[in-house]
Amino acid sequence: MAADSSGRGYDISQWYDSKPVKLGWLGMLGIGVFWVLYQRTFGYSHGLDSMTPEFDSVWMGLWRFNILANAVFFAVSIGWIWVTRDRNLTNLDPKLELKRYFYWMGWLVCYIWGVYYAGSYTLEQDAAWHQVIIRDTSFTASHIVAFYGTFPLYITCGVSSYLYAQTRLPLYSQATSFPLVAAVVGPMFILPNVGLNEWGHAFWFVDELFAAPLHWGFVTLGWCGLFGAAGGVAAQIVSRMSNLADVIWNNAPKAILDPFPSQVNPNAKAGY
Amino acid sequence: MFRTDEIIKASKLPPEGVAMSRKIDYIYFIPILFVTIVGTFHMHTALLCGDWDFWLDWKDRQWWPIVTPVTLITFCAAIQYYNWVNYRQPFGATLCILALGAGKWIAVYTSWWWWSNYPPNFVMPATAIPGALVLDITLLLTRNWTLTAVIGAWMFAALFYPSNWPIFAYSHTPLVVDGALLSWADYMGFMYVRTGTPEYIRMIEVGSLRTFGGHSTMISAFFSAFASSLTYILWWQFGKFFCTSYFYITDDRQRTTKVYDVFAYATLGPQADKAKLSGGKA
Repeated sequence: MAADSSGRGYDISQWYDSKPVKLGWLGMLGIGVFWVLYQRTFGYSHGLDSMTPEFDSVWMGLWRFNILANAVFFAVSIGWIWVTRDRNLTNLDPKLELKRYFYWMGWLVCYIWGVYYAGSYTLEQDAAWHQVIIRDTSFTASHIVAFYGTFPLYITCGVSSYLYAQTRLPLYSQATSFPLVAAVVGPMFILPNVGLNEWGHAFWFVDELFAAPLHWGFVTLGWCGLFGAAGGVAAQIVSRMSNLADVIWNNAPKAILDPFPSQVNPNAKAGY
Repeated sequence: MFRTDEIIKASKLPPEGVAMSRKIDYIYFIPILFVTIVGTFHMHTALLCGDWDFWLDWKDRQWWPIVTPVTLITFCAAIQYYNWVNYRQPFGATLCILALGAGKWIAVYTSWWWWSNYPPNFVMPATAIPGALVLDITLLLTRNWTLTAVIGAWMFAALFYPSNWPIFAYSHTPLVVDGALLSWADYMGFMYVRTGTPEYIRMIEVGSLRTFGGHSTMISAFFSAFASSLTYILWWQFGKFFCTSYFYITDDRQRTTKVYDVFAYATLGPQADKAKLSGGKA
């Protein structure tokens, strides 16, 4: 094993690389800063009356950008993960698997930062904005960022996280993790729930009463996030990485890395 | 308290393995766990009791001391389950309330004040930090979630009103407007009309049990404590549900099976079990 030049006595690059998570998080931060500055610049000057031509150019222009950019991001991200998938996971080196778990956590960091934008930042921003403007459209200055910007963004990151695990990590390529499905699909369904929300605000009441039952669909779907970071997915990650560490550094038998030895045809899913 | 050195020694990992373990901590605890709680708990709170948290004049004696603790103790119970059962970390409730506070205060200044121009004191959130500390300490000392539901959850709710009193007491000081006796909070509410404000908040109290009985806040807190206790029990079980880590596998005959506990010990043979438990020296 080649030791690195940092004086550690071991080569950290064999099992760790933080560059993707840093770049991914900075990208998420960058688009968030762009949205906030755009809102603060054009909110009051062009965002109060949806019937005006300038609203169409400035705010619906941002809506069109959000839809297009998210579609491109989804296609590129999912396409890249699928095209570069590992087609032979049977003999994956434990240190490389460990490294992939860190990459995967990087995807989860981006996913969760998107959930923060949607569930915390833009959610309460939406409450504040709709107290002071007349809601004459479903495409308000806060909705265009929250519903049509941050929601598709975190959905893409969530689906990418799922696909990354399925195509690069042996455990998830062999079986379907219930908590991982729940942690991705639950928050994903918040986007279609926007349909219920806007229907209710269009035909029931226009004022922003946040604790109204109309909003409770968002709440129950948001709970599914706990399956991820504070539930089964986290438990799976920590347990698997612990097993990998035992194999790599404590001479544990490699058999402990195959949890489904008698239940799965080993040739069935050796890689997609 | 954490006995980190002993735990690292027990893992029998070399420095490289310990360094790997620390990397997990750096990426997991703040960027993943804390931010997840901010995003999901803030949404949960804003859409279940948010209006009581947004507005100064909604912080009344009838419903505010009930809906807010009952809403907040949910995630506290679930995260306590996750942290306590998996890691024996007794700070799940405090972690939740701190995460919520982070999300809330960013919103107060960037959304309510910066974008919509509200004065922060009119939209200031309540605090539940004292109650959360007591809830966590109860779990730590009793090491029993049933006792925590009975003692800690009651204290969590009962402490809510008194721990917020130093923050909001000024808004209960009286003033006379056109011959009517009002509190500052009521006056601010009447001056700034919102169509969503319920009737019980718009009503000026005149000579009822609530005004002169003097016990209305304690009655609300007592009911809140009872409801919080029941909610804690329910959400501890929710925490257990969120922590399910089973897989569905499909074998070569296309039979789908649910498999629990695939990681540590369950599906391994006796020899591998022993190897795992003794750090690979079976």
